[in-house]
Amino acid sequence: MWGNSCQGLGVEALQSGSGNAFKWAGRDLIISRPECAPPFGIGEAFPECTIQPYLETDMSVNRREFIKIGALGLGSMSLAPKVFEWGPSAAKTFPVQPGDVVTRAPTYCEICFWKCAGWAYTKNGRPWKIIGHDEDLHSHGRLCTRGSSGLGLYNDPDRLQRPLIRVEKDGRQTFKEVSWDEALGFIAERLQALKETHGPESLAMFSHGNGAVHWKTLVKAFGANCIAAPSFAQCRGPRAAGFYLTYGETVGSPERTDIENSRCLVLIGSHIGENLHNGQVQEMSKALDRGTEVIVVDPRFSVAASKARHWLPIKPATDVALLLAWINVILEEDLYDRDYVARYTVGLDKLKEAVRENTPEWAYPITSIQPEVIRETARLMALHAPATLVHPGRHVTWYGDDTQRSRAIAILNALLGSWGRKGGFYLPQSAHVPAYPHPPFPKPAWSPCDFTRALYPWALSPVASHVRDMTLDPPDPEKQIKAWLVYGSNLIYSLPQPEKTIAAVQKLDLMIAVDILPSEITGWADVVLPECTYLERYDDIRTSPGRVPQIAVRTPAFEPAYDTKPSAWMVKKLAGMMGLDDYFPWADMEEYLDHRLQQVGSSLEEMHELGVKTLPSLGPNYFQPGEEVTFNTPSGKIELYSQQMADAGFDPIPRYTPHAEPPDGFYRLLQGRSPFHTFSRTTNSPIFTELMPENELWINPQVAADWGLKAGQYVKMQNQDGKTSQFPIRTRITERIRPDCVYMVHGFGHSDPRLKRGFGRGADDNEMCTTVKIDPLMGGTGRRSNFVTFITEGV
Amino acid sequence: MAAKKRYAMVIDTKLCIGCGDCVVACKMENEVPEGFCRDWIVESVTGVFPNLHMEYRSERCNHCSNPPCVHACPTGASFVDDESNITLVDPDMCTGCKACIAACPYDARYVRPEGYVSKCTFCIHRVREGLDPACVASCPTHCMHFGDLNDPESNVSKLLESRPFKVLAPEAGTEPNVYYLI
Repeated sequence: MWGNSCQGLGVEALQSGSGNAFKWAGRDLIISRPECAPPFGIGEAFPECTIQPYLETDMSVNRREFIKIGALGLGSMSLAPKVFEWGPSAAKTFPVQPGDVVTRAPTYCEICFWKCAGWAYTKNGRPWKIIGHDEDLHSHGRLCTRGSSGLGLYNDPDRLQRPLIRVEKDGRQTFKEVSWDEALGFIAERLQALKETHGPESLAMFSHGNGAVHWKTLVKAFGANCIAAPSFAQCRGPRAAGFYLTYGETVGSPERTDIENSRCLVLIGSHIGENLHNGQVQEMSKALDRGTEVIVVDPRFSVAASKARHWLPIKPATDVALLLAWINVILEEDLYDRDYVARYTVGLDKLKEAVRENTPEWAYPITSIQPEVIRETARLMALHAPATLVHPGRHVTWYGDDTQRSRAIAILNALLGSWGRKGGFYLPQSAHVPAYPHPPFPKPAWSPCDFTRALYPWALSPVASHVRDMTLDPPDPEKQIKAWLVYGSNLIYSLPQPEKTIAAVQKLDLMIAVDILPSEITGWADVVLPECTYLERYDDIRTSPGRVPQIAVRTPAFEPAYDTKPSAWMVKKLAGMMGLDDYFPWADMEEYLDHRLQQVGSSLEEMHELGVKTLPSLGPNYFQPGEEVTFNTPSGKIELYSQQMADAGFDPIPRYTPHAEPPDGFYRLLQGRSPFHTFSRTTNSPIFTELMPENELWINPQVAADWGLKAGQYVKMQNQDGKTSQFPIRTRITERIRPDCVYMVHGFGHSDPRLKRGFGRGADDNEMCTTVKIDPLMGGTGRRSNFVTFITEGV
Repeated sequence: MAAKKRYAMVIDTKLCIGCGDCVVACKMENEVPEGFCRDWIVESVTGVFPNLHMEYRSERCNHCSNPPCVHACPTGASFVDDESNITLVDPDMCTGCKACIAACPYDARYVRPEGYVSKCTFCIHRVREGLDPACVASCPTHCMHFGDLNDPESNVSKLLESRPFKVLAPEAGTEPNVYYLI
């Protein structure tokens, strides 16, 4: 795939004349940046390049550990003629030389949401590498491909460099570089005007990532509370709702899955290994090494499927039928955990009644999985129960009935007795670190979220797509969303139907974007605030759940490049201009963090040394034998049958509903992840683009033969609504996929030429998803009811 | 003087997921220039849907016990470090003639922009400090193992004793020291 004869790893710019394709009445997408040309071009090699001289770091302030590499080897090596010596010649071969000054600073990764803790190294004052922290429960000392490549974000020459404000120049809209004072002053003034005309509630925030903490505080201090993240309704929301409805709790992040101890692991469309959720990948590998029974349900021969003893290449969109058939077998053959079910659950009889007809023979023509395979795999699950984990997945917004599918998974786990049991779902523990005190927030007179909750009863978090829709089409003319604050979330790629997002932006009085890269959404902003990367700033303490409570800190390893700033600095300065100082009573992040850390018996000084700290366990990770447990559900039990769902007019037990089928000559479009990329946020990185410069469209050889498609040829996709992809995509003709669907990795096909490496490389799956199936329980946006065909002419 | 080592890498294809972390860890550790890599991933799929088999391999210089690159090098720049059995290139002696590149059956070598040949060093700078090579130390699946085959108690010796394995291009007679558990 990559040997050194293919030294064309470098990026070739795709020629395209569609620079102004996003023209829009009113607000233009600004794609030109005449005043700030990048400091160096694509062709230049990065280790040699100088981006911007990073300032000498004052070690006494940052308290980073100095690691002086001594005269390594010089004295100790024997000088036999063929033994290599350290010396000027070696300087060209080895990365570390005697006398090099190596420093490291603790951080936790922000390339994805797993937030692995690690150390960012510098060598002679220049960034060198990032490696995992041995004590970290998320990474166990080993960062994933993306975490190891974190410097690619820092080194990206296309980074935003200075604050930008939208101005009119010669009849055209463009961005003007401004000072921080001017940018923040502009925001303060416009937010004040917004408050007077529409009320503070008219501000909505979209966010992704830990850096958003202080922005959220600012939004609440301002008097708004609509803070949405696409990671709910565009990703794991159905899982949260499905498990909440069953167990009264969600599975959290990192998931409370005890894969390490599982004896049977069932993955349904969850391609662990391609989604590089570090801790899970490591645990799955351990499980495989132990010979754990792995059952993978996927229309694609995923990496996980290739490791599994049982691969069920299911017909897409029929997972619920398979789940019901499994439940049927386990109940009919009396394979369920009788004591657990009797002790902890409610609704067994109703469940039995509901799935009576859902036999493997019933499921066979629906799923294409043979009845004996369904029976055999169900028996295997029961054999290894309760150390059987039917994994809840993560990106689960597929078909609009996703909460019900997640419910079916939750119910199956309950029958196997795996919740709260070793090898199933453990009981997680989080460190409780008290907040830095601040005055109570003002109570908003109304909230856009009220409308969401009225529509989607189990929207456990704000629904980003609904906030967008309400901006476009307000449910009440007196209650309009008139300003957006978009933090680190490229809404053009993360929300479905990007044209709606663009139309909604047109209705805003103010649109603020805080980002590191000129992602597409920044092109629609009135003001763009360039944030420094996670490697150049402090952020809040990581307290994610795990088997024991643990805290981790992120500290600046390098000085911020260009004129970028951390969010904490921006927010504090902006709060000062807005008279909201009281909510940010700390002097700086060092004081903020030190105060919080002191309350759990640590300090910033200690955490600079330690990076992560494990706190005492809060109790066992599993239910004790015979333990009485009250679940946070209306019945206090695990709800196999959900009365509250019935009361609200929903199926109390999941039911299979057929979904639309592809028309002739069309194929269901499936999306997924690659170990080399996170969403659309890494597809411009100098390092990531070397590993995977573009995505490919996976096509079964039979289909390719029907269409006369060759491997590696570029095609455009056209969907059932006549939408054609803006950019072409390379074909990957592979036996690894069923003939009724095609597959591509999400996040490619950037349309903003300011992203020089990502622009036009590969195609964007999101633009092909014009049909969106909304989950009525929680507002999730299912995108897998879209079908594409191939355009080969004129590509 | 310590006993001579014969360092080897043993990679478990049953666990490798082809995530490429080894490639990146190496690039970062060794500051490999853009457009080049010292290790890479091969995905090999056999069979017809739905009866498929897939293998991922993390490949690199095999640090052969009979290294054709060293034999082909006219200047002596390519050599085997006597203590470790690691094949290295002395940049000051290398003229960039590419004879070694032609001789290597594994496509493991490349010419750096500065004009000399470079390749995997088994991270000898780390190994001398008792650390694993960067690729091995970063692998999230723990599928890579590094150690001394001259030591029968080493993890690599034990793995090769207990598991079936293969090497790449055995017909080339290079006696490679990168092994794949199958």
